Amino acid sequence: MNVSDALFAVFAGLFAVLLLASLAGAGLHLRVAGRGGSATIDNLNARVRAWWAMIIVIGLAIWAGRWGVIALFGFVSFQCLREYVSLTYTRRGDHLALVWSFFFFLPLQYYLIAIDWYGLFTILIPVYAFLLLPIVAVLGADTTRFLERAAKVQWGLMVCVYCVSHVPALLALDIPGFEGRNVLLIVFVVLIVQASDVFQYVWGKLLGRRKLAPAVSPSKTVEGLVGGVASATLVGAAMWWITPFSPLQAGAIALVINLAGFFGGLVLSAIKRDRGVKDWGYMVEGHGGMLDRVDSLSFAAPIFFHIVRYWWVP
Amino acid sequence: MGRWLDDWVGALICGFAKLVTGVRALWRGCEPDPRPRVYFANHRSHGDFVLIWAALPPVLRNRTRPVAGADYWRASPLRRYIAERVFQGVLIARNGEGAADDPITQMSTALAAGDSLILFPEGTRNLGDGLLPFKSGLFHLARAQPEAELVPVWIENLGRVMPKGSTIPVPLLCSLSFGQPLTLQSGEDRHAFLQRAREALLALAPREE
Repeated sequence: MNVSDALFAVFAGLFAVLLLASLAGAGLHLRVAGRGGSATIDNLNARVRAWWAMIIVIGLAIWAGRWGVIALFGFVSFQCLREYVSLTYTRRGDHLALVWSFFFFLPLQYYLIAIDWYGLFTILIPVYAFLLLPIVAVLGADTTRFLERAAKVQWGLMVCVYCVSHVPALLALDIPGFEGRNVLLIVFVVLIVQASDVFQYVWGKLLGRRKLAPAVSPSKTVEGLVGGVASATLVGAAMWWITPFSPLQAGAIALVINLAGFFGGLVLSAIKRDRGVKDWGYMVEGHGGMLDRVDSLSFAAPIFFHIVRYWWVP
Repeated sequence: MGRWLDDWVGALICGFAKLVTGVRALWRGCEPDPRPRVYFANHRSHGDFVLIWAALPPVLRNRTRPVAGADYWRASPLRRYIAERVFQGVLIARNGEGAADDPITQMSTALAAGDSLILFPEGTRNLGDGLLPFKSGLFHLARAQPEAELVPVWIENLGRVMPKGSTIPVPLLCSLSFGQPLTLQSGEDRHAFLQRAREALLALAPREE
């Protein structure tokens, strides 16, 4: 199957699922409307509407081609970093380090993907930003909580920029026999990780009893986790035909990235809890901020990238 | 024609402020209301009053006037145009120099005419954390206009977007928390009132400030 046929099939399937979800949401809304409505169902409908918008935006970016995909994830990183730093304690002495992060390291990281310079892409933030940013900060001559501030800026760049940039970086992998179809790997990882989030939400709402980590994320349940990861793993196996993997490999890889994604969401929840907020932002209706939507993707993407690179790129 | 241009420049400045800061208004202690109010806020940046102005509903915006130092805002024709025509600021003399009008009288007149005010009771930009001690103007104003509601507004993050001495803003998201309105209680003295107002504003700040 060629790329455009595969993309057409996947997006047609997604729109069919969304249409069903919208119809179900409208039905639920009518049922509870007489009883004063329900906040859960309003939130569900807001989430479905946001999914329409997100899938259309991703579809347009893919349609625009390589630069469209890189620009889209560059924007995602920008918005995530914005939300992250907004909720993080920094001082005046960090201003220049933040300017470098937003206007130098972030665009450069995505530019390196565009020009296919893997060697620098993979060390830019872990090596050069890691060394340069504390130097810039120390010139601010403010030692108050210095280690903590330097660590926070670096951590934000790692999660919001370095990790997220591994999604478009999939375009640069040379997989024999899969030439010209790398965009399908992006569709695969985004679809599986987001499906895992959706299934965890659905299973949690339907069957959730036992709280998994009440101190960190009160909405996560054992039933949600098991049902969500199992469902998304099955979806992953069923989507093997858009990947270079066999059905079994696709399922195993889906399981790994779903678990990574789950723990990514948990880690970022712990930070939110520590800062006393429920959401990172308010950009995506019903979902909170951009970082709330891609927290699991940021942990899953680098692992997926390196699994594919290690076993499928000679 | 002139008014139309002023409004357009105002909308442009607000739009730009919203784009850069993603400003969001959190009405935690009160709702938007056209009655005369004094919005008093922490002051870290020259953009503070623009942000409050931009976050207010447009109906209220036209009747809300920032109180600003005449020495700064009359220093160039552009600043003068923005302060006087676009934001219709109440420009007061600081440090008493050439004080033809008493600042309290100027502010009272605006409130009595039905306008609201934006006031920074620290009196100057605070470059550190927390809040500086309040100047007494807020107290005198509360005594002169007892029916006006004093609404604390905590501005979060704008001081970090572009701290003093920097030329490039970082695109952080800002939020404004509007708290519960205060009024002067009978028999409350200057010190106790200013203390209470300052604590009401600090209570809106997120932890770790």
